[in-house]
Amino acid sequence: MAQVLREVEESPTAQAVERVSVGVLASVGRRVSDMLEFAGGLTLLMWETIKTIARLRIRFAETLNQCYLLGYQSLIIVLLTSLFTGMVFSLESAVQAVQYGFGSFVGGIVSYTVVRELGPMLSAVVVAGRACAAIAAELGSMEVTEQIEALKSLGLAPVRFLVVPRLLALMIMLPLLTVFADVIGVYGGQWIAHAQAHIGTEDFMASARQTVGFEDVVKGLFKALVFAVVIVMIGSYQGLTTKGGAAGVGKSATSAVVTCIILIFILNFVMSYFLYAGA
Amino acid sequence: MDEPIARIDDVSVRFGERVVLQNCSLEIPEGAITCIIGLSGAGKSTILRLLDGLLLPNSGHVYLREHDICHMRESQLIEMRTKIGFAFQFAALFDSMTVGDNISLPLREHTTLSEKEIRDIVMHTLESVGLAHTYDNMPSELSGGMLKRAGFARAVVTNPELVLYDEPTTGVDPIVTHLLTDTIKRLRKQLNATAVVISHDLQSIYMMADYVAMLFEGAIIANGTVDEVRKSTNPIVQQFLQGSEVGPIPL
Repeated sequence: MAQVLREVEESPTAQAVERVSVGVLASVGRRVSDMLEFAGGLTLLMWETIKTIARLRIRFAETLNQCYLLGYQSLIIVLLTSLFTGMVFSLESAVQAVQYGFGSFVGGIVSYTVVRELGPMLSAVVVAGRACAAIAAELGSMEVTEQIEALKSLGLAPVRFLVVPRLLALMIMLPLLTVFADVIGVYGGQWIAHAQAHIGTEDFMASARQTVGFEDVVKGLFKALVFAVVIVMIGSYQGLTTKGGAAGVGKSATSAVVTCIILIFILNFVMSYFLYAGA
Repeated sequence: MDEPIARIDDVSVRFGERVVLQNCSLEIPEGAITCIIGLSGAGKSTILRLLDGLLLPNSGHVYLREHDICHMRESQLIEMRTKIGFAFQFAALFDSMTVGDNISLPLREHTTLSEKEIRDIVMHTLESVGLAHTYDNMPSELSGGMLKRAGFARAVVTNPELVLYDEPTTGVDPIVTHLLTDTIKRLRKQLNATAVVISHDLQSIYMMADYVAMLFEGAIIANGTVDEVRKSTNPIVQQFLQGSEVGPIPL
C-alpha cells in the first residue's frame, strides 16, 4: 500500500498538481499579505494624520495653495462632467416620462439622483482621477528622489508637511465642488427637459423642490467629505510607499487611482444604504 | 582617536533576505572628518541613515553621544535631527521651492528667528558654499555641482554638531570634485563640527579625511588614520585602494 502511495506521489501528474496548488496558494497568500500590509499602513498613516490635525499643527499657507491646486483647478472638469451627466439623464428620462404622463416628476427624478448620488460620486471620481494621481505621483517622486528622507532629516514630519495640507484642502474643496456639480447638473437636466420634452422650468423646479430636501443635500456633502479623505489618504499612502524610480512612480499613481475609484463606488453604496435606509 | 560623538555598536541590518550590516561596530571621532569607503552596495549609506535615525537596525545600538537613537520616541528623534545635517547624494532639494526657501526651511520650522534674520543666515551660508547668487533660483536651474553645494548649505544652515555627506563627489567633474572636497573641509572648520563622508573617490578622501573606515561584507575591516589604512596589510583593503581586479574581492 505504502509502495502504491509513493508511486502515486512521485508520478508526474501528482507533482504537477502539487506545483500548481503551491503556486496558487502562494499567490493567494501574497495577495492577502499585500492587502493586510496596505490596510495596516493606511490605518497608521490615517492615525498619524488625525494626531497632527488634533495638535493643530497645520500649515495654513500650504493648505490654501492645495485648495487652489486640488480644488479650484478641478472646477471646470467637475462642472463639465456634471452638466453633461445631468443633461443625458434628463434626455433619457424626460421624453419617456412625458409619454407615460409623468412629466411633472422629471425635475424630482433628475435632482433627486444628482443631489444624492451623481453629484457627490461623479465629482469624487473626477477629482480622484486628477488629484489622487497627482498626489501619488508628487509624493512618489519625492520618495524616490530622497526628498521625503530629506524632510525627515531636517526634523520635519512628512505627514504634517505633505499629507495634512492636502487632506484639509480637499475636505474643504470637494464638498464645494459637489455643490457646484449639484447645481449645474440639475440646471443641465432642466434645460434638456425643456428643450426635448417641453417641460416648463417652473414645473421642473417645483418638482425638484418637492422631492429634494435640505437633508439630502447635507447627506450628499457628507459623502463628498468621506470621498475627500479616501482620495487624499490613498494618494498619499501610495506616494509615500513608492519604490523603484520612475517606473515605481507611474505604478503608484495608477494603483492609487484604481484603488481610489473602486473604494469610492463601494463606499457610495455603503453610505447610500445607511444614509437613505427607509427614505 | 578623539572621543566619539557617535557610535554604532554591534549593529545588524537586513532588508528582507539580504544582510547589509552584520555585527558592525564603528566610532565617529568628534571634530574630525571620517570617510567611509567600500564597494557599491556594501551598506555605507545605510550607516549614514542609522546615524540620522532614518533607519533602525534589526539588532545592536546606535549612539549619538550617550543617547541611544534606537530607543528614542519620534519627538526625540526630531529634536536629535536638528543637531545633525544630512547632505544627500543628489542633494534632494525640494523642487517646488527656491534654493533660498529650501535652505530657510529648517530655520523657519525650528527657530523663532525673524524673516530678515533667516535671510541673513541663509545668504551667509550660501556665500560660504559660493552660491550667494542662487537664492531665488529653482533647484532645476542649477548644475549638478551647484545642487550638491546647495544641499551642503541646507545641511549646515542650523550649525549642526554632526554633518553626514552621502557620496558628495559622485557624478561631478574633477574640478567640481576638488571644489566640493575643499568645501567640506572648510565647513567642518567653520562649524567646528564632525563630518562623516561616504565616498569612492580616493583622491578626495586622501585630501580631506582624518580617519578612514572600510566596510566590506557588512562589517568594518579597516579603521584608522589615512596613513594607517593605506598601510593596511589586509589584502581586501589593498585591492580596493589600488582598484585592482586581481585579489580576494569577488567581482
